[in-house]
Amino acid sequence: MKFKDRIDVDLLLYLAIIVVSAIALVFLDMNKFEYNYAISIIEKSLVYAVVALSMNIVTGFTGLFSLGQAGFMALGAYTTAILTIPANVRPNVYYMNGILPALENAVVPIPVALILGGVVAAVFAALIGIPVLKLKSDYLAIATLGFSEIIRAVIASPMMDKITNGSYGLKSIPGFKSSLECFAYSLVLIIIMILIINSSTGRDFKAIREDEIAARSVGINIFKTKELSFVVSSFFTGVGGGLLAMFMRSIDSKTFSITLTYDILLIVVLGGIGSITGSIVGAFFVTAGKELLRFFDEPFAIAGVEIPLFKPGFRMVIFSILLMVVVLFFRKGLIGGRELSFNEFIMLKKAKKSQDIRKEGKA
Amino acid sequence: MLKVNNLKVNFGGIEAVKGISFEVKEGEIVTLIGSNGAGKSTTLRTISGIVKPTSGSIEFEGVDITKINSSDIVKMGITLCPEGRRVFPDMTVLENIRIGAYLRSDDLTNDIERCYKLFPILRERKKQLAGTLSGGEQQMLAVARSLMSRPKIMMLDEPSLGLAPLVVQDIFKIIQEINSEGVTILLIEQNANMALRIANKAYVLETGKITMEGLGKELLENESIKEAYLGKKK
Repeated sequence: MKFKDRIDVDLLLYLAIIVVSAIALVFLDMNKFEYNYAISIIEKSLVYAVVALSMNIVTGFTGLFSLGQAGFMALGAYTTAILTIPANVRPNVYYMNGILPALENAVVPIPVALILGGVVAAVFAALIGIPVLKLKSDYLAIATLGFSEIIRAVIASPMMDKITNGSYGLKSIPGFKSSLECFAYSLVLIIIMILIINSSTGRDFKAIREDEIAARSVGINIFKTKELSFVVSSFFTGVGGGLLAMFMRSIDSKTFSITLTYDILLIVVLGGIGSITGSIVGAFFVTAGKELLRFFDEPFAIAGVEIPLFKPGFRMVIFSILLMVVVLFFRKGLIGGRELSFNEFIMLKKAKKSQDIRKEGKA
Repeated sequence: MLKVNNLKVNFGGIEAVKGISFEVKEGEIVTLIGSNGAGKSTTLRTISGIVKPTSGSIEFEGVDITKINSSDIVKMGITLCPEGRRVFPDMTVLENIRIGAYLRSDDLTNDIERCYKLFPILRERKKQLAGTLSGGEQQMLAVARSLMSRPKIMMLDEPSLGLAPLVVQDIFKIIQEINSEGVTILLIEQNANMALRIANKAYVLETGKITMEGLGKELLENESIKEAYLGKKK
């Protein structure tokens, strides 16, 4: 089998998955009221997949352990929200403190707002990247975590009331018209990120992840490349934050607390650090998993005897146990450091076959 | 071509290199030999700009490169093939070779062919992940990767480390071949025997200082070198 054929098998498979998903979504959209719940899980998973993949660029592919996701999402989400809330409902949203006159009529189309959200996040990333990217591993994580909390505090502060509406948060953000719209946005973002990861720039990221000294010795400018990775990742995180704002329709600074970063980190680790398909599968697994386990929260009785453990909150216990199992038995995540690929499956089978043949030959 | 003057470097809180001077002339194979902790690797890392010296200077083709950053140094034609091979384990062999040409934007086909010619095994393994290669193959890959930047001078940090004697011979043969194509070589070795055999000029480094220098063959015959590095009994 030639190399080119192999690519095509996977590409076809992915295309098939995309087409089937799109058709399924059209079906769900047509029966919106019946499948409301499923649609919201899918939309949330898609948004999380975007953010998880963007985190994977910096954490999985460049090897920089950054915990600033929530902060960059907040920047993107607020930018998107401020620029898309319809002008006529703005007085209602900013009913407590009023709105900055300059922002009163500042409405742009949604795609433009999303991109601007990403740009704002990227600019902040570029600025804080200069000092913090000199740090390594845990120190970098703590520094970015601190940054994320600062962003949150600034957004909620009274000084920002006329822009971010302070602790009241923003509402009436235009949402997705259909789940297909959400799917389209996510798909475009994910494809762009995959192209970046597989480009020569992505290869430089991986080189730094694998061996900084070797990367230096072939002439890669470590700092510039790290900064680039950080900025690119933050851009997509910002856009992802904008999508989250559209999904939630109302946001406040608490939305972007550290738990959000942990949720994303969980997806990245669970799916497999440094795996594109891992992040996507992980996003659906975590988001849907949390919902599907809801029956543990309901009272449950066997033969009329009520089991005492089944109380609200119990599902999170089960979920955490499941996580531990995954981490213990799939040390590299569900997908591992590789990609989910039909090709590899074929190759594995073939390799095994030829091994068997060789063994037989020897015997 | 490369001139190191009174170089002092601190590494990990101690003065690892205590004022060394040496020179590499164009087309030569120069070797620095010495035991563990003599400061050999630190010297090479300083030349390639990964570590900054506390004092002293490094000159390359008449230009002072002491304060230039590592990526510009590679651009000028100095490349380091680091200790312990340091290939990128989760990239394929071909990707590893290509990334060696990171700073070049021209056509790589001929250079890749040249690498395959020097190391035929790499052609067979080009789609394999570099981490799955044997130690010797990884060393070959590391040398091939360094060659891709088209260096004027190639610095090799212990290419024989942890390799079987036969493989070491292969590697040294190839180093000589690369040298004969016009690449100047600065070689660091603990395997003094092999290094001195192919070197035009050699320096002995002990605890951060140069204690002896001479032609490779001269040092090979030197009594105290024999005792200290070549295993001759007193």
